[in-house]
Amino acid sequence: MKRLAKISMGFYVVLCFAFFYLPIFITMIFSFNSSKSLTKFTGFSFKWYQELINNQEIMSAVWVSVSVAILATAISTILGTITAIGLTRHRKLVKEWLLNVNNIPIMNPEIVTAIGLMLLFTAMRIDKGYVTMLLAHISFCTPYVITSVYPKVRSLDNNIANAAMDLGATPWQALRKVIIPMIKPGIYAGVLLAFTMSFDDFVISYFVSGNGVMNISMIVYNMTKRTNPTINALSTIVILVIFIAVAVVNIVPILKRKKVTVHEKNN
Amino acid sequence: MNTLIELNNIAKTFDDQQVLKGINLKIYENEFLTLLGPSGCGKTTTLRIIAGFDEPDCGELLFGGIEISKLPPYKREVNTVFQKYALFPHLDVFENIAFGLNIKKTEKTVVKQKVERMLELVGLSGFEKRDVTSLSGGQQQRVAIARALINEPKVLLLDEPLGALDAKLRKEMQFELKKIQKEVGITFIYVTHDQEEALSMSDTVVVMNDGYIQQIGTPTDVYNEPENRFVASFIGESNIIEGIMIRDCLVSFDDFEFECVDKGFKDNEEVEVVLRPEDIDIVSPEGAKLTGTVESVVFKGVHYEIMVKSTYRSYMIHTTDFCEEGKMVGLSFGPEDIHVMWKMV
Amino acid sequence: MRYFKKLVRPYIVWSAVVIIIPLLMMLLYAFTNSGNSLINIQFTFENFKRFAEPVYLNVFLKSLKLGILTVAICLVLGYALAYIIAQFKESTQNVLILLVTVPMWINMLLRTYAWISILSDNGLLNALLSKLGLGPVSMMYTDFAVMIGQVCDFLPFMIIPIHTSLSKMDKSFIEASYDLGANPIQTFFKVVFKLSIPGVLNGVIMVFLLSISTFVIPKLLGGGQYVLMGNLIESQFVSVGDWNFGSAISIILAAIILFAIRWMKKVDAADN
Repeated sequence: MKRLAKISMGFYVVLCFAFFYLPIFITMIFSFNSSKSLTKFTGFSFKWYQELINNQEIMSAVWVSVSVAILATAISTILGTITAIGLTRHRKLVKEWLLNVNNIPIMNPEIVTAIGLMLLFTAMRIDKGYVTMLLAHISFCTPYVITSVYPKVRSLDNNIANAAMDLGATPWQALRKVIIPMIKPGIYAGVLLAFTMSFDDFVISYFVSGNGVMNISMIVYNMTKRTNPTINALSTIVILVIFIAVAVVNIVPILKRKKVTVHEKNN
Repeated sequence: MNTLIELNNIAKTFDDQQVLKGINLKIYENEFLTLLGPSGCGKTTTLRIIAGFDEPDCGELLFGGIEISKLPPYKREVNTVFQKYALFPHLDVFENIAFGLNIKKTEKTVVKQKVERMLELVGLSGFEKRDVTSLSGGQQQRVAIARALINEPKVLLLDEPLGALDAKLRKEMQFELKKIQKEVGITFIYVTHDQEEALSMSDTVVVMNDGYIQQIGTPTDVYNEPENRFVASFIGESNIIEGIMIRDCLVSFDDFEFECVDKGFKDNEEVEVVLRPEDIDIVSPEGAKLTGTVESVVFKGVHYEIMVKSTYRSYMIHTTDFCEEGKMVGLSFGPEDIHVMWKMV
Repeated sequence: MRYFKKLVRPYIVWSAVVIIIPLLMMLLYAFTNSGNSLINIQFTFENFKRFAEPVYLNVFLKSLKLGILTVAICLVLGYALAYIIAQFKESTQNVLILLVTVPMWINMLLRTYAWISILSDNGLLNALLSKLGLGPVSMMYTDFAVMIGQVCDFLPFMIIPIHTSLSKMDKSFIEASYDLGANPIQTFFKVVFKLSIPGVLNGVIMVFLLSISTFVIPKLLGGGQYVLMGNLIESQFVSVGDWNFGSAISIILAAIILFAIRWMKKVDAADN
């Protein structure tokens, strides 16, 4: 009886993961197909990758996605981190108010945020395109950075920054040498979250961009009318990059820990 | 002795709550001064104002005769040992202690030398590479002291530094702190709510309550000559009795007149009288002015705490002699055991 | 305390501009009918009244139905998976949860796109079915396709909070329940499920929020005639050009989510 339960439980887990990963693997396999068919694997080739590189439209979308994600991540990480640090120094009223405002883009449906930003940019007469996309990405990434950094700052001893300044550090040095190193895990989490939020975004980019500036999501959206294996090739690259990134993020700390224990044993 | 720090009429309010209501204090070179008082009395705020973490709303803060209340903490010649040590967990022991010197871009070899000397001073030689989070409370405490002292401050501020340690370790550290202070020869300003700690370590004790300084004096002064009821009851145990000062050196309470050594009150002024429990002797009831029955006897380790019920009140007496409950006894004390205070209004 | 306070200033200004002002503008559009010029602006409830027309009300009901259905399916599938994962030893649990999260990192458009090639008439699934002699079944542009896409995309958002609350649970509660004579089924419903309710509520809110406002999945897997709230808003802004009506629907959508969150929080509070 117990055995049966165990087997059926294992079967269920496998089924669920198949549901998650099957589409991903099929995409990857058919990106190496020599023909356009989605059902028959007619032979191995890098044909679609070749086509991907030669496709100006897709390549510029990749460039937009990557550059917007990097810039938006950098800016929102800095903005979010300093805000989280400053916030702990304020009274309850200011704190709660700002955190509530900060929660609006997180809890609101993306499409509502998108419409709001579109209305804003139109009213401000900013030409829709790269700049509006970047501004929009900063605005929806920063709240996530704040929510991941703020708890770390709050858990610090109130006197940590004072201790640094007491020992002669200027506020800026205290920030750089003490506070930031101590809240690093929160900042890294924020960076990761901001980057993926930005890189994956479709809805907001779709509404605030214009003048032919498109990111990967938008180009895929435009290409779904006809099946196009170049998209499979693009997917495969994106998936591989993410797998490698996830692996690095998860394995490096384990290796580091091992190194430390080895080090300690040698001492 | 030269005055090092002077606080003139310092006041501070947080969120509509007045924490300091006009503090006047002179702190001298090389002294071990303790700010003593219950929590919320303003002692930590006073310390933070001297360190520069809080700015006073009004008043002057003079350091060597120069006004510094607007000077940021990193420009002051004081260093602090924090309540929960506030060691930097991402740095090891060496890096923690060297922090101040590294900020000043001191030469590497000098830093190494100085850190080693400091570790020796606090008894932690060989701990350089240890992770600060792996240290015991007492060891963290020592690192915090070394980290502050390495900058050769003119004043070391200590904010309830022994609060987190257990009783035995606390005793050891009290002794050690005093030793370190003598060795480095600088002013220590020490904040505590523990009267025993204050009395055993300090040159000067500043008793604070409710945002005011209640009394400044040597430990013997504040114990033997408390200026008011708060000081008398906060420091040590005492019998506080309302009485009338008939004239100089004669006070009346509990229907009797007693000779004393206090002067300078108006004739027939209402006063409060302090009798320390250890200054009262139990004698036979014959011939004694105050008499009563023994209510309770509790052994306290070294002495007995005996409560004697007399006509108007119960007196607390500390004595090494046992006494039976229910027995009629007399109470006796000499003129020098009576301490007369202004009545608090 | 006096240092670093100023660091929040840039964000106070920034959040006012990119969070507060857009919402106020949306409200302004929703309650007026002047088009885009500010001169002959007029206050009106017309945009909200229009939403009560059967055409739009149907869209709303369809969205709601699909949202609730998605939540229900995700809850059943997700709870089961989260529960099973929580039975493994901790290191295995970490790996499995990581595997659940990895697809979330991959661009949603790309994942949805992958389903097209599986579900389309000449796709992989139909090739498999015809080999089994079940003939081609048209799956694209149906409720089924939309549901598959939504569940696949949103299921991790249900699994993770539930798993978090299950794995935090003290095992002694379960032992205590057995000790007091409850059988495994009673134990599950009276103890385990009760204690995991905060996680369940979190998951339900997340999935509901995502599924009721989505417009990509219905458009890609449901086709052009498949209209949900999100698609309705999109068309008002992109093709129809009625920004006032579009803003009104956006406000309604935001309000629904807000009420859903409030309600869930109340349930959670009442439960504790």
